[in-house]
Amino acid sequence: MKFAVLVFPGSNCDIDCYKAVEDTIGQKVDYVWHTTTDLSGYDAILVPGGFSYGDYLRCGAIARFAPVMNEVVKAAEEGKFILGICNGFQILTEAGLLPGALRRNNGMKFICDQTQLEVANNNTAFTSEYNEGEIINIPIAHGEGNYYCDDETLAQLKANNQIVFRYAGNTNPNGSVDNIAGISNERGNVVGMMPHPERAVDQLLGSEDGKRMFTSILNAWREKNGAAVNS
Amino acid sequence: MKAKVYVTIKQNVLDPQGSAVQGALHTMGFEEVGKVRIGKYLELNLNTSDRAEAEARLTAMCEKLLANTVVEDYRFELEG
Repeated sequence: MKFAVLVFPGSNCDIDCYKAVEDTIGQKVDYVWHTTTDLSGYDAILVPGGFSYGDYLRCGAIARFAPVMNEVVKAAEEGKFILGICNGFQILTEAGLLPGALRRNNGMKFICDQTQLEVANNNTAFTSEYNEGEIINIPIAHGEGNYYCDDETLAQLKANNQIVFRYAGNTNPNGSVDNIAGISNERGNVVGMMPHPERAVDQLLGSEDGKRMFTSILNAWREKNGAAVNS
Repeated sequence: MKAKVYVTIKQNVLDPQGSAVQGALHTMGFEEVGKVRIGKYLELNLNTSDRAEAEARLTAMCEKLLANTVVEDYRFELEG
């Protein structure tokens, strides 16, 4: 299986994503610059965190028009696995690949902290290794992670089981609608989340609860391709 | 031709910055202040003299890039 980690000017979690793929599942992974116009060689695309284009205008607003994003849209249509983390989530919402938008945190502060997430849907390619309702420990680091969608969209998200992660219990750190921390598209092959699973892949980092997102993706890819081989 | 574009957070969407400024104004004794909304103001110089075309192009710019219509409203004025 082959992963692409997109790199925009201002990305700063690209190395974390790259290392997480290497360390958790040992699959091939490349950094892919934002001007790339061909992603056909990749099975999964990671859109990393950071401050693409300085977050000028709005988070993700300019990155969404980078040449590589046309290829990300194509890959999404082809059913490839796409995971946007933090700024990556903001970019995917700006691109219309995921519904809603991310607003300024309701407390106005940038929050860098561990959070407890509830796995709201383990029936996805990204979360199959977790138990439904399991509480996992994953860090956040964002100033604009306050998820918003209108009531109609929220009802659709619920009806289609598109809410993947929620902030557990009463721990909502940023004011997100319905405690939402991560969602998928209707088809389930595109996921965006504000917390950083790639920063939780070793006890040295405080948690290894993020590991299973990567093993889940690999398992999903193997099932889809009927392959047990490590390629 | 010069365009002035105003982008504001939709009325039904929480504006945490506006709420913080409202709180600060109240603390300072400006009790008459109701809701505060913070937005963006952009000035664009357009190389065109066709007003209708400018309006159509500006609408496209706002819809595509300048505003995120999920959470923001926009309006613009043309001068010249």
